[in-house]
This record gives sequence, structure tokens and C-alpha cells, in this order.
Amino acid sequence: MAAALPAALAGDATRPGQHTRLHSLVRWLFIAVSLTFLAAVLLAPLVTVFVTALERGLQAYLHSFANPDTAAAVRLTLTTALVVVPINTMFGLAAAWAIAKFEFRGKSILITLIDLPLAISPVISGMIFVLLFGLHGWFGVWLREHDLSIIFALPGIMLATMFVTFPYVARELIPLMQQLGNDEEEAAITLGAGGWMTFFRVTLPKIRWGLLYGVVLCNARAMGEFGAVSVVSGHIRGLTNTMPLHIEILYNEYNFVGAFAVASLLTLLAALTLVVKTLVERTGYRRR
Amino acid sequence: MSFRQPSVLPGFGLTFGFTTFFLSAIVLLPLAALALAAASMHWSDFVHVVLSPRALGSYRLSFGASFLAAAINLVFGFIIAWTLVRYEFPGRGLIDALIDMPFALPTAVSGIALTSVFAQNGWIGRYLEPWGVKVAYTWLGVTLALTLISMPFAVRAVQPALLEVQRDLEEAAETLGAGRLYVFRRIILPTVLPALLTGFTLAFARALGEYGSVIFIAGNLPMKTEITPLLIVIHLEEFDYHGAAALGVVMLGISFVVLLAINLLQAWGRRRHVKAAH
Repeated sequence: MAAALPAALAGDATRPGQHTRLHSLVRWLFIAVSLTFLAAVLLAPLVTVFVTALERGLQAYLHSFANPDTAAAVRLTLTTALVVVPINTMFGLAAAWAIAKFEFRGKSILITLIDLPLAISPVISGMIFVLLFGLHGWFGVWLREHDLSIIFALPGIMLATMFVTFPYVARELIPLMQQLGNDEEEAAITLGAGGWMTFFRVTLPKIRWGLLYGVVLCNARAMGEFGAVSVVSGHIRGLTNTMPLHIEILYNEYNFVGAFAVASLLTLLAALTLVVKTLVERTGYRRR
Repeated sequence: MSFRQPSVLPGFGLTFGFTTFFLSAIVLLPLAALALAAASMHWSDFVHVVLSPRALGSYRLSFGASFLAAAINLVFGFIIAWTLVRYEFPGRGLIDALIDMPFALPTAVSGIALTSVFAQNGWIGRYLEPWGVKVAYTWLGVTLALTLISMPFAVRAVQPALLEVQRDLEEAAETLGAGRLYVFRRIILPTVLPALLTGFTLAFARALGEYGSVIFIAGNLPMKTEITPLLIVIHLEEFDYHGAAALGVVMLGISFVVLLAINLLQAWGRRRHVKAAH
């Protein structure tokens, strides 16, 4: 997903045969078709989010966050991300260290398995936890006897979110660390540095931008996950409703200002994620 | 050969152990539960669920709309990637960054926003209404939502391949009198074909599993505008875990076939690339 092309490759001014009438016609046609398609499919929905959220004025927009159920949804989403993102970050760092720094058999299988959640429908990602921990699931009876609940409660929401956002940090770090090589780490170890010291003083400074983007993307997906969380949450207002699920409830109640107000927060989060991505790419680090 | 080649770096045991443990606990064991749940069904029950008329109707919509969305993205993804790679125009950097928006945007947000734009009184829907074109709450809306969420996959697959097209070859051909279409057919298309097909398959795979954005715009009528993931959710809400697992296994199986196709396509692209370099 390379973006930000060097200007020399994109510039056409010095190319021969570019100034004929046909060429400039094709050029404008392509630009026009691209912009029209993106405007209709991407830009119009994005603008709608903010226009609808603000259609009754700023007061009504801000007031919609005072609703206790909306506030509870925001809190639940933040709590979930606060638990899930650090765990998946730790996993991503460990997986990247094992895969990028060492040669072992079955490495490509391991990478494929880590990417697996990306290929699975979010609905299935949620369903597997219902099959395990739901009322009629494998551990359902045992959990009920011990008065524990995972499905329709916070642990289920966290598990489903963890599954869905599992690969994001690892996927950013593995190619980056493979590309950077082992020379500096090997020098540090040979000179007597410990493993943790080598990681914090040598590796971490090199990968910090890629790590930052991985964490931000993981966070955006964790806060925005709908399908998987919808299956395990039970949609209990004020209790197990995350922000995306709350958007659905408000929307189905025709409370459009409320629904789009919550949506506007998540849209801003997505925009922030793209800003971080662009800045990270500016630092010279390119994704595959 | 031993399991691991020797290295002076420490931490393999710790990081490899943590990785495989966590992977097994969060991903592999729950997925095994799904396979076991479907396997514990009687064969005739399984067939009864996955070949019921309602399930067949949902496959038709899910596959048809995903295929159509991927085809739309094949065409527009190529045009957008071409525009971004070849032309310089004001706002190009911004557009390039915006392409990833559907990837970062929660699907529920895409769903409600698209629905309100394309509803009968929406910004675009109101101009389609007099022509008798209904988008929201029809299969067209499903296709539109799937087109939006799978668009970045198509564009980002083609973009790097277009960068690799050798411009001097194009110029040489044009100097020798080849027309623009001939250059496109004989020089550009062969270079980007594997990437185009990979983009198409990635978009198709992503669209097939999508749930969040579709359920808002689909109308969700059984047999008509009900996608397979929604049918799974309906089974789960009725506590019919076996029915849900059976449909889930069918979808998983198809995802694996599509993933395999992507890997083969990418291997094909690499082979062509190596051949071209010699």
C-alpha cells in the first residue's frame, strides 16, 4: 500500500508526446472520472456525517453526548481499547522479534496464521466466542454454575475485539524489522548489552514510527469494530453497548443527530489515523 | 536441519513462546471450536441448513453483490490508481491519503452515511429517484456499500504495479509508431494484470465477509436483500448455534479458497516479474 510517490515519477511535463490534444483529453477524463467516483462514494458520505450531526446546531450536537447511554457507550469503547490495544501491541512486538530476528522452520505458516483474522468475516469472529462461552456454548453451563458471564458482558466484547485487531501491530512491524536487518542488534549484544537493553536502546528507536502507526490503526479498528462485537455484546443499553453499536440503536430510533454525532467522533478518529499514516510515510518509512 | 538457525540475539524462546501461545488462545482454539460445532452436526442437518432456500438466496446476494463490487473496483480502482500515479494535479496528495479512509472508518459509520446520501431524499438519491433508480434498501445499495469498503484494496494493489511499468518502453513503442491503445494493450496491461487480478480478489474477499455497512443500507428482506453474514447473526439470535456454525463453516471454506487464489495470483505476478527482468 505505497502512497506518497516521488514527484519525479508523477510529473509528466518532460515526457515526449504528452502535449497532444488526445493526451490532455484522456488526462482530464481520467482525473474527472476519479474525482467524481470518489466524491459520490467516499466524500459525500463523509460530509453527510458532519452535516447531519450539526443540522440542529452546535448546542444539540454537544447535548447528544450528555445522554447517559451515549456517555456510557463512549466509556465502554475507551475501556475496551485501553485493554485490547496494549495487549495486541505486546503481541505484535513479540511476534515481530521472533519472526524478523530469527530463521526457523514454519515461519511462513506462522505469518499466515497471524493474518488469519483479516480474512474472516467479523460475524464469524464474534460467533466463535459465542460457541465457546455462550449460554448453549461449550463452557456455557460451567460459566453459569460459577456465576461468570463472558458473552453479553465486557470480557466477550474484549475477546472479540482482540481477535479482530490481532494482526495489525504485527503486520506493520514484521516487514519493517525484516527490512532493517539484525546488524546493529548483533553489535550491541556482542559488545555486552543485555537483551532488554538492546531492544529498548537499539531496536525501539528504529521502529518507533512503524510501531506508532500500527498502534494507531489497531486502536481505530478496536474502537470501530461492529460485526464481531455486535454478535457478542447483547446490546444492553448503558451496559454492553459500544460506540458503533450505540450508533445503530440511535439510528434505528430515528435519532439522526445523536447517531451522526457519535459517528462524527469515530470519523475524526479515522481521519486522525490517516494523518498519522501520512506523517509516518513522510519520515521515509514505506510500507511494502 | 534443526528447528532454528543459531543466532547471537537473545529472546527467541520468550517471544516465540508468547506468540504461539497467544495465537493459539485467541485465534486458533476458538476457530477449532467452530469447526467442531459444525462437525458435531448430523450430515443431513448440515445440508438442510446450508442448502435451505433462504441460505441459497443469501449466497446469491452475497456472491453477486461482492463480485459486482469487485468488478466496479477493478475498473475504477485502475482509473484512480492511474490518475494518482501518472498525473500531477492540485489535491493529489490529499486524495491519495483519503483512499485509505474506508479502511480506517468504522463500518457502521459508512453504513449510515451511505444510506442517508442514497436514500430517496438524500443528496444523490433524490436525483436518482426520478429515473426510477432505487439504491437504498435494494441490492444496488448492498453493492454500493461493498464497493466503498473494498475500494482501497483494489487501488492499493494496482498502484505499486503501475509505478513499475517501464516508461521508456512506452516511449520507444510510441516513437516507433504504436498507438496509445496498442501501447496500453501490449506494454501496460501485461505488467499490471497480476496486480489487477490480485486487487479484484482482495476486494471480493473483503466484500464477502462484510456486515456492518451492509445491514443499514440493505433493507434485510429474507431471500431478497439478506446477506449471508446477517443470516448467521439471525441464527445466533435464535440460539440456533449449529445452524450458525454450519453457515460459518461454508463461508470460512470459501474464504480459504479465495485466499489460496490470492496467493497463487501473487506467485504468478512474482514469476512474471522475474521473467521480465531477465
